[in-house]
Amino acid sequence: MAQLTSLPLSELAYGQLATVNTVQAATAVDPIAERLRDLGFVTGEPVRIVARGPLGADPLLVQIGFTRFALRRAEAARVLVDAVA
Amino acid sequence: MNMSVAMQDSVRRVALVGNPNCGKTALFNRLTGSRQKVANYAGVTVERKEGRFTAPSGRQLRLLDLPGAYSLGATSPDEAITRDICLGRFAGEARPDLLVCVADATNLRLHLRFVLEIRQLGVPMILVLNMSDAAARRGIRIDREQLQRSLGVPVVETVAVRRDGAAALVGLLDGAVPAAPTPLPEGADLHAEVRRLLEGAVSVPRRTAQIDDAIDRWTLHPLWGLVILAVVMFLMFQAVFSWAEPLMDGITGAVQLLGEQVNALLPDGPLRSLLVEGVIAGAGSVLVFLPQILILFLFILVLEESGYLPRAAFLLDRFMVGAGLTGRSFIPLLSSFACAIPGIMATRTIQEPRDRLMTILVAPLMTCSARLPVYALLIGAFIPSRSVLGLFNLQGLVLFGLYVAGIVSALLVAYVMKRLRRDHTEHALLLELPSYRLPNVRDVAIGLWERAGIFVRRVGTIILSLTVLLWLLSSFPAPPEGATGPAIDYSLAGYIGRGLEVIFAPVGFTWQICIALVPGLAAREVAVSALATVYALSATDDNAAAQLAPLISAQWSLATALSLLAWYVFAPQCLSTLAVIRRETNSWKTMALAAGYLAGLAYIAAFLTYQIARVLT
Repeated sequence: MAQLTSLPLSELAYGQLATVNTVQAATAVDPIAERLRDLGFVTGEPVRIVARGPLGADPLLVQIGFTRFALRRAEAARVLVDAVA
Repeated sequence: MNMSVAMQDSVRRVALVGNPNCGKTALFNRLTGSRQKVANYAGVTVERKEGRFTAPSGRQLRLLDLPGAYSLGATSPDEAITRDICLGRFAGEARPDLLVCVADATNLRLHLRFVLEIRQLGVPMILVLNMSDAAARRGIRIDREQLQRSLGVPVVETVAVRRDGAAALVGLLDGAVPAAPTPLPEGADLHAEVRRLLEGAVSVPRRTAQIDDAIDRWTLHPLWGLVILAVVMFLMFQAVFSWAEPLMDGITGAVQLLGEQVNALLPDGPLRSLLVEGVIAGAGSVLVFLPQILILFLFILVLEESGYLPRAAFLLDRFMVGAGLTGRSFIPLLSSFACAIPGIMATRTIQEPRDRLMTILVAPLMTCSARLPVYALLIGAFIPSRSVLGLFNLQGLVLFGLYVAGIVSALLVAYVMKRLRRDHTEHALLLELPSYRLPNVRDVAIGLWERAGIFVRRVGTIILSLTVLLWLLSSFPAPPEGATGPAIDYSLAGYIGRGLEVIFAPVGFTWQICIALVPGLAAREVAVSALATVYALSATDDNAAAQLAPLISAQWSLATALSLLAWYVFAPQCLSTLAVIRRETNSWKTMALAAGYLAGLAYIAAFLTYQIARVLT
């Protein structure tokens, strides 16, 4: 269950440290959500936005584990995160 | 039949699997002595590659290099190959006896999950921690023995790019096949298992390399990032012209000297004509462009090795989505600057079939290196070498403009096709940005050497034979007794050229150009050698060999030259590109669509250019 404070990764402020709460499937069969979990977007994993694309701040560059992935906002919106104070 | 099965049994079949960009191909090259392409981004290898190597004991091994995959739940055609081979479902390829799982030692959090997924298959396996030198430099400490105990599979460290970096792995491969590991219970949480393994065996002082963060602050900056990208691209095209000149002058001089020597040595006759006007003028005129091609590849190789390309894809993604492509199209499209064939193959890393098809259709619009000789010839002959604003070379600017024209038309074509189709759904990007790497001078030098070899072989084989064929067509039948004009006017090629001229007169092509267009379909550089041969044969002056540029600048109008440049921006495809499109899409219709729209655009662009230029000049 998402906590009250959870927000989509696409809304997370630049540079703010957060932990992954859950990845929500956008459709019944959602290979993108599945792939995000494979890439390490799983509960408790620390995550941070380290860069944003030049047009409409899209895509987002997300640091997860030791890796940086570029995600479009629509993909990032599937990931619910909790900001770390 | 039975014999061959028995033979196969004695050869151990080993496959390299792992996440993208962990160094599988570098390891493959190290073990087998092959020179498969390696670079610093995910998805360099898009098909299985096979190699053999003999272990110190004399044991024969058959090694398969597989495309990188994040998971066996494949989302793109290249990942599907890896999945099918690991599961033993690949047609005509038995399941490997041993899986060598390769993981990047600096990125175990991600890579170990896939290792565990492979481990669930219950097939004998070895875990290779590659780039262990980079891990050590970053202070990452890995307790190999602990990891080996917890995983229940042999673990070795390698540095694939170092000469003896795979010694430990060779030792393991030479021994008995290890016992198959016991899989975790069905539905186990692999991520939790990875964390447990890391806690027990790995200590990491810092999650990313500091230097990467520092560079990315600039290269991914919303404004400076784009400025840097533009400067890099621009420098590349300026360099192709400015740096190449002295080298080209040298080659031109040598070719000319050779032509004169042969001319002086041989008596007048068909043999001298074949050698001087066919071979030396034709093939020599293409060989001159070797320096420019090497400079272009120098830039491409350095960019590929550095890890910058995925950054460029990140910066451009939104623009490319607007045009109906995806950021993932960037690398296949950039590869197409070398040649559209590897570019089209590289689209296998694009997950969405629709995005992949779009990328394949527009890839031929990227100016491939085979077009460079055509551009360079025409620019050299018609555009003055002037400095603009005291900074840029006008010839370099025009070349840059031609490349931009290709890119802009690719975006426009993609945009139009996006409008035409009904499906407007958004697709995923999910692109990994690797650590930066300083390009290895030796690797780049080897890459350039190979490129030079490929080019010279091309000149020596296909270009030379087409040139000779063209010389034959242009020399026979011989002119009738008492004919006054050059022999070519009465030859078969002369008739073909004049026949085609009817179609191409509205775009300003002379009959000589029309002749050159035909062999240009097989390899585009041939258009240059063909022009050289045709003009050498039409010339009454014997000393015409290797002097193509001044000849055409004297005989063509500027409008004709510009029109031919515009034609080659879209240029009807070379036949091998069309064959690859057909193979990769498995559709004759797509191939016909690509060929048709490109030929149509080429004609329209050349027509407009010619008519407008004629009015203006």
